[in-house]
Amino acid sequence: MTRTVHETARATKGRDLTATETKTPESPGRLRALSSRQGAAGDKVFSGAALAAGAIILVVLVAVAVFLVVQAMPALLAPQSQIANGEGFWPYIFPLVVGTIIAAAIALLIATPISIGVALFISHYAPRRLSQILGYIIDLLAAIPSVIFGAWGISFLAPALVPGYTWLSSALGWIPIFAGPPSATGKTLLTASIVLAVMVIPIITSVCREIFLQTPKLHEEAALALGATRWEMIRMAVLPFARPGIISAVMLGLGRALGETMAVALVLSSGPLIASLLQSGNQTIAAEIALNFPEASGLSLNTLIAAGLVLFIVTLAVNLLARWVISRHKEFSGAN
Amino acid sequence: MTAIATSRRRTALTRNRLPRYAPWASLAVGLVVGAALSTLVGFNFFGWGVFSAIIYTIVYVSWSGAVEGGRKARDKFATCLVVGAFIVVVLPLFSVIWTVLEGGIKGLLTPGFLGTSMNGVSGIQDNESVNTGSRVLGGIYHAIVGTLLITLWATIISVPVGLLTSVYLVEYGQGSRLAKAITLFVDVMTGIPSIVAGLFAAALFATIFGPGTETGFVAAVALTVLMIPVVVRSSEEMLRIVPNELREAAYALGVRKWRTILKVVIPTAISGIASGVTLAIARVIGETAPILLTAGFATKINYNVFSDWMASLPTYIYFQILNPTSPSNPDPSIQRAWGAALVLIIFVMILNLVARLVARIFAPKTGR
Amino acid sequence: MKALRFGRLSAVAVVAAGALALSACGSDNATGSSGSAPATSSGPKVTGTLTGAGSTAQSAAIDAWKQGFTAANSGVTVQYNPVGSGAGRKTFISGAGQFAGSDAAMSTDELTQAKSVCGPDGALDIPVYISPIAVAFNLPGVTSLNLAPDTIAKIFRGQITNWNDPAIAADNSGVNLPNLKITPVHRSDDSGTTQNFTDYLNKAAPSVWTDASNQTWPASLPGENAKGTSGVVKTVTDTQGAIAYSDDSAVSGSLGKAKVKVGGSWVALSAEGAAKAVELSKPASGRAANDLALSLDRTPTDSSAYPIVLVSYHVVCSAYKDQATVDLVKAWENYVVSDAGQQAAAAAAKSAPLSSALAAKDKTAIDSIKVKS
Repeated sequence: MTRTVHETARATKGRDLTATETKTPESPGRLRALSSRQGAAGDKVFSGAALAAGAIILVVLVAVAVFLVVQAMPALLAPQSQIANGEGFWPYIFPLVVGTIIAAAIALLIATPISIGVALFISHYAPRRLSQILGYIIDLLAAIPSVIFGAWGISFLAPALVPGYTWLSSALGWIPIFAGPPSATGKTLLTASIVLAVMVIPIITSVCREIFLQTPKLHEEAALALGATRWEMIRMAVLPFARPGIISAVMLGLGRALGETMAVALVLSSGPLIASLLQSGNQTIAAEIALNFPEASGLSLNTLIAAGLVLFIVTLAVNLLARWVISRHKEFSGAN
Repeated sequence: MTAIATSRRRTALTRNRLPRYAPWASLAVGLVVGAALSTLVGFNFFGWGVFSAIIYTIVYVSWSGAVEGGRKARDKFATCLVVGAFIVVVLPLFSVIWTVLEGGIKGLLTPGFLGTSMNGVSGIQDNESVNTGSRVLGGIYHAIVGTLLITLWATIISVPVGLLTSVYLVEYGQGSRLAKAITLFVDVMTGIPSIVAGLFAAALFATIFGPGTETGFVAAVALTVLMIPVVVRSSEEMLRIVPNELREAAYALGVRKWRTILKVVIPTAISGIASGVTLAIARVIGETAPILLTAGFATKINYNVFSDWMASLPTYIYFQILNPTSPSNPDPSIQRAWGAALVLIIFVMILNLVARLVARIFAPKTGR
Repeated sequence: MKALRFGRLSAVAVVAAGALALSACGSDNATGSSGSAPATSSGPKVTGTLTGAGSTAQSAAIDAWKQGFTAANSGVTVQYNPVGSGAGRKTFISGAGQFAGSDAAMSTDELTQAKSVCGPDGALDIPVYISPIAVAFNLPGVTSLNLAPDTIAKIFRGQITNWNDPAIAADNSGVNLPNLKITPVHRSDDSGTTQNFTDYLNKAAPSVWTDASNQTWPASLPGENAKGTSGVVKTVTDTQGAIAYSDDSAVSGSLGKAKVKVGGSWVALSAEGAAKAVELSKPASGRAANDLALSLDRTPTDSSAYPIVLVSYHVVCSAYKDQATVDLVKAWENYVVSDAGQQAAAAAAKSAPLSSALAAKDKTAIDSIKVKS
């Protein structure tokens, strides 16, 4: 800790250095002095500050984890008959974990291809003037509060999807996830997933677009010059370059989809775990916490925080899994 | 005319090309067949659109495949998919924006909505305005002030930390164990439910400053926990794609690493970083739960983030929708809620413009 | 380079100027009142800040009380955070506020914990807010319906699934009941309303409703759910054949409200009936003398009482650290239970005013608040 403070102090000094240096007229002699002496100090200060910032993040995260564990302990240690109306903690949390993963997975399955498509449209297909406006609108949509998405979900989307659900269950009802009878209000896990997808699309699109725009122009032109069509150029030059970035973007979207509370709480008519996506039922951890936190006290509050801890662990596990999958592909990056 | 057309068809370059009218012809076929198909299952405009798009794609791509060959057809197919994705995404997003505009414009134009707080407004006033048709009292000024200040402080804390971390990850920590750990845990951090971040900040400040420490600053700290991972993740990506040639050129000129980062790497990536920071602000400006737990619930104007309760636009919207000021006449509350939502979106729009301006001022001139 | 830097500076200046302009034009006077307080305040003149947190059900009433109380005492600021009853009691026990709004009385555990901030006599529960709970239904063409407790319980348990069921028809001769699926709707969030409704079913229909009263709706039962009172009412309004329990204040005109069986007669929902049912209830056992926690009577025989009610409490300390706080809390709570306060809440939140007998008991309890020795 003392080391961090020390380094922050040095970082401030380093910034002062930059300020004075840029203000004075740059004579050759001064420049030489800079690059040899002060420059070396600046390097240390700057790398120190960068390291300290990284350390701060770890410290915050450890603090959050410790907070969760301490607050969750009573629920984990108490006799299981006192938790969740005598249900016990693990039987209580298991359906929530499954519901959370299903909702986030469907949301990403919908959002990822669409987002990549939209980002490509903006970066490589649309006329330049139009693409700037479109990028602007997409960024804007990331800011709509989740309450509004929730309100839109119940008042517009859910009723609009009911005929579709009725058709799905009659045509494909033999598949368990489309089993009927469909919900009369449309407030199902599939609707919640679609709302989540709409919420994460701006995030994934925004990051992907920036990355697609950074593709080296020479690579693109080389591909086109070899006679590639636009799609072949994208496949050969743009997508390989952008792959790690796309994965980052999807991870950001995943985080949002896993942790989203308000929209799911408003849209989903929750219930016990069921396979069908067209009936009301299922629940996600974050929504469960948001719904029950205000009236919770004592042990039930600890139970909810333990649920938060489980979500934390689920996120960790999903990330580790994704990382393990990605690590089998060699990444391309300008900086390595 | 005919002669020119014939000769054009004969040239080697245009021999295997679809005629100019091909997209329009396919579209016409798509619309007609789509209308027929959707009438079969019960006509509505949505179904017509979906069927038309599918038929159009099939006709256009197979026509191209027959005339131009597989590669061109695949290219056309990809174009159809990309444009299709765009249309698919535009529809719900515009529907959301339309809902907000439709509901919000009336509230926004009510005199006093932007300039007053909710101080002294209760169900009695709302019932009266519904019964007598007088204007809806009460405004969002206190919430605007709160949102701006809380978000400002959250940005002040998280942008330097986030940006420096991503610099560490890309420039200094390449492949080190610490860097790997940070990347992993930043990803985990994105999944922290916002309510947990709020609980954490509230507990932290209650431990240090005693119970009941509920101020705008505590809310800013809670938002920081949510904001940092987005800043790190997006700016890390943007720094990573800065071409190594630029760095190497700078080093070759004898420029120190930190100067290279500050003067070459960050300016090159600034557009993406600005967009990432905007995204991060956008992510937290609409958060409800953490602010509720950390900043109290004010109905009065408060300019000081370090003392007393503070309101914010999302909590305002949340309560006006879910707990109307007058339970029996929720309409005035709903009008205020949509008005506040519209204001929130306008803020983000302005913020976006500013971020773009910043990016343009700082970014080096490129060939694009 | 120079010009560029100037550009940055001017951008900063514009932002700063914008912030200044913003901070100059706001007003806390939303109602356009002149601001001079009517001198109706009786008792000692009080000043200071009163902080509370808790029940969302009370928030509309508290807005009205805040307005009335600060109009009479211009030196007072009252702030209330409607975070929910459980969170409100927790905040109160931590010592962060002077009162809590709660849909349930403090538990024995919580009373013990409260002794650390409230002194050896602990905290007091004062019933201040009565809200009748309506059994609201959406049936085209049907505006009045008689439902016996057993029938209600069977509907919400999914044992009666159609509106033309003989059990419903038997109590509603002359009503044309449609052949329509019943969609029971309940709260998805934990709530005091659910607790009181399940308590009613448990006591009035014990043979059908075997679950104990709980603020969480039993998860195994079929039906749709929605968040918050407004969400439930919206779902019922949008769905034909739906039935739900909801705080009466939010039930819109298009929905019917069932008459329930009390003793031998059918009782429609009314504010007086709700107040009567609360008045007939006994105090909860094992409480301190001035703790007015109630054990609500769900099976009264008096046909003027409507037994599906929610009673919300203000939790206050039996002793505070100084005289100023004691005066402030006493003045506030006395205003809340006074006739003026109850009428203001009824006008703003459509609650049922306390009966005069209960208000008198409340006043005795409030007057017992003293300085911590």
